[in-house]
Amino acid sequence: MKHLLTVTDLDAATATALLDTSDRLRQALLGREVRKLPTLRGRTVITMFYEDSTRTRVSFEIAGKWMSADTVNVSAKGSSVSKGESLRDTSLTLSAMGADCVIVRHPASGAAHRLAAWADKDRESTGTHTSIVNAGDGTHEHPTQALLDAATLRDRLGSVAGRRIGIVGDVLHSRVARSNVFLLATLGAEVVLIAPPTLLPVGVAEWPCRVSHEIDAELPGLDAVMMLRVQAERMTGGFFPSSREYAVAYGLSDARAAMLPEHGVVLHPGPMVRGMEIAPSVADSARAAILAQVRNGVHVRMAVLYHLLAGAPE
Amino acid sequence: MSDLFIRNARPYDDDAVDLVVRDGVITEIGSGLEAPDGVETLDAEGRVLLPGLVDLHVHLREPGGEESETVETGSRAAALGGFTAVFAMPNTAPVADTDVVTAHVRRRGAEVGLVDVHPVGAVTVGLRGEKLAELGTMATTAGVRMFSDDGHCVNDPLVMRRALEYASALDVVIAQHAEDHRLTQGAQANEGVVASRLGLAGWPATAEETIVARDCALAREAGARLHVCHVSSARTVEVLRSAKAAGVTVSAEVTPHHLLLTDAALTSYDPVNKVNPPLRTAADTQAMRAALAEGVIDVVATDHAPHAAQYKDTEWQAARPGMLGLQTALSVVVHTMVEPGLLDWHGVARVMSERPAEIAGLPDQGRPIAVGEPANLVLVDPEEPWTVRGAALASLSSNTPYEGMRLPAVVVATVLRGRVTARDGRVVERTTA
Amino acid sequence: MANDRRGDAGGEGSGLPDRELLSASDVTRTIARIAHQIIEKTADAEHVVLIGIPTRGTVLARRLAAAVAEFGGRAPAVGTVDPTLYRDDLRRRPARALEDTQVPEGGVDDALVVLVDDVLMSGRTVRAALDAVSEHGRPRAVQLAVLVDRGHRELPIRADYVGKNVPTSRSELILVSLTEIDGEDRVAIRRGAGE
Repeated sequence: MKHLLTVTDLDAATATALLDTSDRLRQALLGREVRKLPTLRGRTVITMFYEDSTRTRVSFEIAGKWMSADTVNVSAKGSSVSKGESLRDTSLTLSAMGADCVIVRHPASGAAHRLAAWADKDRESTGTHTSIVNAGDGTHEHPTQALLDAATLRDRLGSVAGRRIGIVGDVLHSRVARSNVFLLATLGAEVVLIAPPTLLPVGVAEWPCRVSHEIDAELPGLDAVMMLRVQAERMTGGFFPSSREYAVAYGLSDARAAMLPEHGVVLHPGPMVRGMEIAPSVADSARAAILAQVRNGVHVRMAVLYHLLAGAPE
Repeated sequence: MSDLFIRNARPYDDDAVDLVVRDGVITEIGSGLEAPDGVETLDAEGRVLLPGLVDLHVHLREPGGEESETVETGSRAAALGGFTAVFAMPNTAPVADTDVVTAHVRRRGAEVGLVDVHPVGAVTVGLRGEKLAELGTMATTAGVRMFSDDGHCVNDPLVMRRALEYASALDVVIAQHAEDHRLTQGAQANEGVVASRLGLAGWPATAEETIVARDCALAREAGARLHVCHVSSARTVEVLRSAKAAGVTVSAEVTPHHLLLTDAALTSYDPVNKVNPPLRTAADTQAMRAALAEGVIDVVATDHAPHAAQYKDTEWQAARPGMLGLQTALSVVVHTMVEPGLLDWHGVARVMSERPAEIAGLPDQGRPIAVGEPANLVLVDPEEPWTVRGAALASLSSNTPYEGMRLPAVVVATVLRGRVTARDGRVVERTTA
Repeated sequence: MANDRRGDAGGEGSGLPDRELLSASDVTRTIARIAHQIIEKTADAEHVVLIGIPTRGTVLARRLAAAVAEFGGRAPAVGTVDPTLYRDDLRRRPARALEDTQVPEGGVDDALVVLVDDVLMSGRTVRAALDAVSEHGRPRAVQLAVLVDRGHRELPIRADYVGKNVPTSRSELILVSLTEIDGEDRVAIRRGAGE
């Protein structure tokens, strides 16, 4: 593995290996006072976030630090990026400084792909093998989120294969949904997208999943339900008439959560809009694996860094 | 220097002949002709001879975008691509919405002298789609025959209606970039399977189809001539077919890239494949080819859109749309239309020379290869394949989507009114000013 | 890791048959002998922990613990620690899969830890395992038990318990098979293609 740009790059064996590594890393750190592994000593990991995201950035940063990598945060604000430096030049600069890994979040779909193409092209001139990790690009993908969701489902359900997972909400604009649909399908899960037609992309029929507009009909058959965040800016776009109507039609209320089978798990990638897509009582219930998702996030990201950086460069 | 003797050429791939050109006009055609004394001879070695190509849709970027292309570099690319006339779109800085700017573009083209550069005037002031530009003044004092807000659609139906009505009295054509901007807000790629997987906001084909349908109705009522730029979707073809059947004077163009490339190329996110309208599906390219063969789509126009590296070597969303086309157009048409048997060489002459000249009202271009006709010609080696290298193209920019592709057909020579402007892949400079 | 020293079954191509160093009964006898030695040398230790190095070291640790209990010693706690994350040669090969790490309840603080592995060669795996164990606490002392010592040390490391010393050339492979993993108990040597 040279870069992690999309879950499509992961076959079932590679994805499973990442999840296994994540489990082993959790094991290796279990019960220890000093949560530090020497594995990535001397490697430089840069997080470069063009969008605000405390959760993901901190998770990657902790992952890097626990592996003893030197982690450096670059935020678009206050750096040369805000002075109009192109992504191309930023990429060249970071590689020239010897960045072994650049973890990027960017509002443009495909930004990580571009960085990876440039890093490979610049390899000779910069003398650095820079690995790119996609930490969320536009409305395209967020691969480590899907991996941590899969890790959480594996913990809670024992396996992902053969399980039926519902993904509810704004699929159209969701990189989390895209990564999850394709990763979970690769791992053998049955995925059901539940959303109004305006929040589903044209072409979704070709995805390895089923589509439904009826959440109540689906809940009893789901092993897990993943509630997507509804972004406030979509409210004005006319994608649905009102937040009230959305909450009534697609929100995960107590009554709806009760329709899940006994073992049914509730996931949310965060940050949550409580009362909108999920009732506070459901978010805080035993079904909710939301904190487990956050914890797994660190281990999964450690696993990604391990697979990208620990071995010999490809 | 506009005398020329062409030996052993096969017009439209028919029987080989020799041609004598005097003062830019074909004066003799026959076999076994003697080369006149002191006249430059072009030995065609049995290759295909066509009327010089005419491109209704190029962006030469001058004035204002000289970091991407100039009239000179664009003219060189045109001559090397086999073109003897091109129409330069008005989205320059300043916009070509006055006779001053349009006259300037024409003059720059004449100064370079490699290809006839015809300015396209803007339909509305500043391409803003609100207020008609001075179409009459541009038509009468600067000889502008075609108007377009290309890059933008004249979206307001009332403005479009007035433009068509006003144009009908001037006998000029309005070329519409058909895109309902309300339906393509933020659009980055063809709305469909590929874009949804890549998380790129979709440009629905209906945004083209609905504007073309609307404009055909408006043109019918106004009795005006409408030209539809860069048709990209199969459904638009059906709209054009029924409009033509109903007697609307509408013509349409397709670009070489919409004949060959599909949105499958987008998975690398390399913005060299970003263009407006976007690359569509394989079914659409098939429909484009069929419509061009059938004549529902009249012509091939390149939409040659050079962009300097800084506008393309970016993330997809930030990149400017557009791709080079002048030097690859004929090869792509041969590959997509001639090789599969959809067009013969008469057909190529029709869609790349005769019909474009007719639509734009050019009296001296797209003419038959016959005695008494102007010697605007292109000599083509249809067999010879070549590999496209953006850096080797004459354009100032190198944003070709065909990088590394092997394509058939090489332009051996281009002749503008008897003067050879390009030969064996090199521009032939004028010896006297 | 232990796996790497085994060589794969495809290694038959060397043309020479594997030479048996220890038969199944030899393996059983050897484990019994090491267990007796452990009992003897840890008699005054309050808290003994056997830590296997995956994968065959882990199996051996379990067998040794059972043998110690059987021969009248106090049953030691058994754990396993994967040294991979502490290796100094990670960058020389593609990233490898991680193995189990399970420190027994009670930890290793003030314990007499006996590291157990199948084959000792360069000592680098043991060095990494020492680092890994020390991250989990501060043992009173650490000892090392191996089934085979084949020489070629690259670090100042010596085993406290050795099943069999086998002089080898670097091109040779030591193949350790254990019933739990390989279906039989056996130690053999395979001539390499030669260096």
